[in-house]
Amino acid sequence: MSALLEVADLVTEFATRDGLLRAVDGVSLSLARGEVLGLVGESGSGKSVTGFSILGLIDPPGRIASGSVRFDGHELIGAPEETLRRLRGKRIAMIFQDPMMTLNPVLSVETQMVETVLAHDKVSRQAARSRAIEALGRVGIASPAERLAQYPHQFSGGMRQRVAIAIALLHRPGLVIADEPTTALDVTVQGQILYEMQKLVRETGSALVWITHDLAVVAGLADRVAVMYAGRIVEEGAVDEVLDAPLHPYTRGLLDSVPANNAAGRRLNQIPGMTPSLLRLAPGCAFRERCSRAAEPCGSMPELAARGARKVRCHFPLEVGVLNA
Amino acid sequence: MTDGEPLLEFRGVSKRFVKRLDAIERLARTLGANVAEHTVHAVDRVTFAVAKGEVVGLVGESGCGKSTLGRLGCGLYEPSDGEVRYRGAALRVRRGAPPPIQMIFQDPFASLNPRMRVQDIVGEAPRVHGLVGKSEVADYVADLLVRVGLDPAFRRRYPHQFSGGQRARIGIARALAVKPEMLICDEAVAALDVSIQAQVLNLFMDLREQLSLTYLFISHDLGVVRHLADRVVVMYLGRVVEIAPTKALFAAPNHPYTQALLAEVPRLDRRRRRFAPIQGEIPSPLAPPPGCHFHPRCPHAFARCAAEAPALREIAPGRFSACHLNG
Repeated sequence: MSALLEVADLVTEFATRDGLLRAVDGVSLSLARGEVLGLVGESGSGKSVTGFSILGLIDPPGRIASGSVRFDGHELIGAPEETLRRLRGKRIAMIFQDPMMTLNPVLSVETQMVETVLAHDKVSRQAARSRAIEALGRVGIASPAERLAQYPHQFSGGMRQRVAIAIALLHRPGLVIADEPTTALDVTVQGQILYEMQKLVRETGSALVWITHDLAVVAGLADRVAVMYAGRIVEEGAVDEVLDAPLHPYTRGLLDSVPANNAAGRRLNQIPGMTPSLLRLAPGCAFRERCSRAAEPCGSMPELAARGARKVRCHFPLEVGVLNA
Repeated sequence: MTDGEPLLEFRGVSKRFVKRLDAIERLARTLGANVAEHTVHAVDRVTFAVAKGEVVGLVGESGCGKSTLGRLGCGLYEPSDGEVRYRGAALRVRRGAPPPIQMIFQDPFASLNPRMRVQDIVGEAPRVHGLVGKSEVADYVADLLVRVGLDPAFRRRYPHQFSGGQRARIGIARALAVKPEMLICDEAVAALDVSIQAQVLNLFMDLREQLSLTYLFISHDLGVVRHLADRVVVMYLGRVVEIAPTKALFAAPNHPYTQALLAEVPRLDRRRRRFAPIQGEIPSPLAPPPGCHFHPRCPHAFARCAAEAPALREIAPGRFSACHLNG
């Protein structure tokens, strides 16, 4: 099966007062139709910028410096704005952490949804409206016809996120990029949103890139996971394999930091130090300052090397089956 | 670890916030418009105690009143009803005396004054309360910074020069500066990345051991609470629905809300599961449902649940639950 999305050597930079900041540094990803990829990392790892770059949503002072993003065989980087606009919302959709980033507070939900339908399809207003009602119903909003007339402030946080999801899925896009859409929600509401997303993705056959810092959400939702650190992918593979037997010391460290993976009351196996500033990255592996396995060769940047169906960027990857190395 | 003697005790504590009418609304009302004052029952008759040396986790979702209860516990709010007791007497915050209970806040950005240097943020309170003389403040602050894992050479810096995790440590150093017996941590690690969160949680555990601190640890994160707490208090819409020792609670939650909460938590060991969430949303605390607050979402609700609020009753030694299903 050919890949739906193929990202190769993507580099996205931001010009800051303190110099050039390389937020995404050589990211390559590929995603098949209907596949769910979890893109995991901590603050500043470049996971969100990767998502924005795929859609061409990088504004100055940021720019995509090099690389390629191919969607369904078409190159998106350097493509005319008109081409991108026809794709966005139609074949690729994005869901943001804060639904108020997508919803206009002074327009009714109806106006916004009908507008979204009409932006890409030549249908009557009436047809657009019934599609909007149907979409709201699909994401679990009760009495969708009445809710359609309301304004975003009349919805709770969880309901707003459902509206944002309904809008994103109006055109049954082939690819949905979701940037921490449940992070600001309560646990029970998060459960509901995950349930709706999972159901919709299954029904529409959309591929999904789920950007998050929460490994546990990825465990429940994704087929594959890519772990990012300091702008690069450090490990990639099937969810079960990566979470059960991580190869990269950073992935291992992240998993060990989760309280659930430690005996209650014991000290957590913390990763020492903190995430390095992207402005002052020393050459070589960005994790080596915090890594217990670091040695001489780590002064040079390891390649993201294939190990079977998995990939890892490390000179001294952990052996499968070794737990606390 | 604990000697059973209650250090902090909530006795039937309620807190109501009333939105008073402004001049225009009062005028509108005299002209016959239907405007009323809004009352939020943020905390509704909460009773439980934290023993000396104990770590009690307080969990619940947005709007359940956990933060308000935390603030009541350290005297930042006065209860509308009931009593907060500390060491067997009513909690009084006296001017001039160092408060024995300190609070650590969620947002390490908003809770530090951006225009103060770290040495003043940490050193001000002990100096004002006369815990250390003026000449000893610098050494005292340096010791505290070392204790929370910061380099004392940073003490002349401003908060913006620190990362989120370091700021959390500054907040902890500030709380420890007045030698409290107890810390109330309100979502103290929620804003931190996983790897930094682990470091701060370790710090909390080390401090508990070194200073024999008592904690009320408020969090929406059940994983964190499970790790730290000896006992867990679960709140829903202002009321306590369940209290249990941590192990017992996670092994066999009694209240349907606790059960739902535990079922919803994404876990690393549950792969590509089918999410099957409980229905509905948390109702507005402005208009809570009658009877048991949880009944509109509860899969086991029956007639009595809508009519009568269940009392928090002991269902097993040390275990309390507020549910009509328990008979």
